[in-house]
Amino acid sequence: MLGAMREIQAGDVTNTIARLFEHSCHYLPPDVIIALKQAREREKSPVCRDVLNKLLKNVEIADKEQIPICEDTGAAIVMLELGQEVQISGGDLYTAINQGVRQGYDKGYLRKSIVSQPCFARVNTKDNTPAMIHTDIVPGDRLKISILAKGGGSENCSCLTVLTPAQGRQGVIDFVVDLVDEVGSNACPPVIIGVGIGGTTDKAMFIAKKALLRKVGEPSPDLDTADLEREILERVNNLGIGAMGYGGTVTALAIHVETFPCHITSLPVAVNMQCWCDRREEAIL
Amino acid sequence: MAKKITLPLNDEVLNDLRAGDNLLLTGVVYTARDAAHKRMLEALDQGKPLPFDIKGATIYYMGPSPARPGRIIGSAGPTTSGRMDAYAPRLIAEGLKGMIGKGSRSKVVKDAMMKYKAVYLGAIGGAGALISGSIRKAEVIAYEDLDTEALRRLEVADFPVTVINDIYGGDLYEEGKAKYQVKAS
Repeated sequence: MLGAMREIQAGDVTNTIARLFEHSCHYLPPDVIIALKQAREREKSPVCRDVLNKLLKNVEIADKEQIPICEDTGAAIVMLELGQEVQISGGDLYTAINQGVRQGYDKGYLRKSIVSQPCFARVNTKDNTPAMIHTDIVPGDRLKISILAKGGGSENCSCLTVLTPAQGRQGVIDFVVDLVDEVGSNACPPVIIGVGIGGTTDKAMFIAKKALLRKVGEPSPDLDTADLEREILERVNNLGIGAMGYGGTVTALAIHVETFPCHITSLPVAVNMQCWCDRREEAIL
Repeated sequence: MAKKITLPLNDEVLNDLRAGDNLLLTGVVYTARDAAHKRMLEALDQGKPLPFDIKGATIYYMGPSPARPGRIIGSAGPTTSGRMDAYAPRLIAEGLKGMIGKGSRSKVVKDAMMKYKAVYLGAIGGAGALISGSIRKAEVIAYEDLDTEALRRLEVADFPVTVINDIYGGDLYEEGKAKYQVKAS
């Protein structure tokens, strides 16, 4: 019945997206700040404690002086949960989102870091569009918008593989730990690691990224998965990389694992790396 | 305690630097990232001059966010240095003495640093707001069309960095990690 549709104006989507990106680049979520402070308490290396102090001081300066926390204000990642009883009026949804990115990056004095034609001319689009948009259709009459302003340094440290089922749980752990070891300081540790296990290759990387939407350190509700998260975190922090790779006991703030059923032949594993500067916001319209 | 260093760097100063030393840099640094490096190497290949004197120079791998009105610069932290590994050895051979960035360098770059005497300095990744406070002057001197990736001349005062690679082969990333690594039992 058409009458059951709830209308959301495209202009409201634009304004929300603009506000979320501008805000995210100047203020970290409270759970990230808490995780950084706890890391400072836990860290055994005085050098890395000093780095963590400077990271926290940097966050204060960004707030006080309205300077982005990090100059790489990222690619604009937008993940939507669109209720099937929602009707978008006054424009099309993806155009509205890109307009929001354009406005937020302009008004917030955020860096425009997107180039067209990745392996040809690489010309800057000058407004940080297009956004990377993912949409899930869900029951209900709301639109949930989650965003990440995702820096290139850590994103470049992401990786995907397909293991054999025989490699199993241990294979997954080794893959993640070896990757963190290999990328070391490049990912701007202490990192937050999104891991997607299962699905097909596309699904695995998507759920790895989606895992980053969780509050930092919030364990998976599935007990086996939560246990895996704890084991990987311990192994990663035993690597000794530490904040900025200067040598220390806190290399990762958290590991978030998401799983999905997969083919009998497969065990896809994707790692989506997030630097300490975890710019994450959400809004519900 | 951080050592105060006045730029430009020279061999005498570099002789005293060791991986792990904290420094406060004052003087001129030039910003360049991938796209500017590509153009500088093209210029060298064509026998053309570089936009600045590379002898004794320090390059900061950084592309700032836009400055708000009345400000010198926006957020200004380091980018991942490894992407410049393809270009760095040539510039080191031409006289480049310092590189500032974050993340590890290739063996080829480290060998060039030892051979020609140059250092790699780490700035704190993501601390762009903090670092912007040490920048006193910023001007684009070349490749303006590259926007954030344009070549800039910065005057910095007490810019905090840490020596990652010294001229003796010392590497903070390797040494620091070895100290805190917990081997599997």
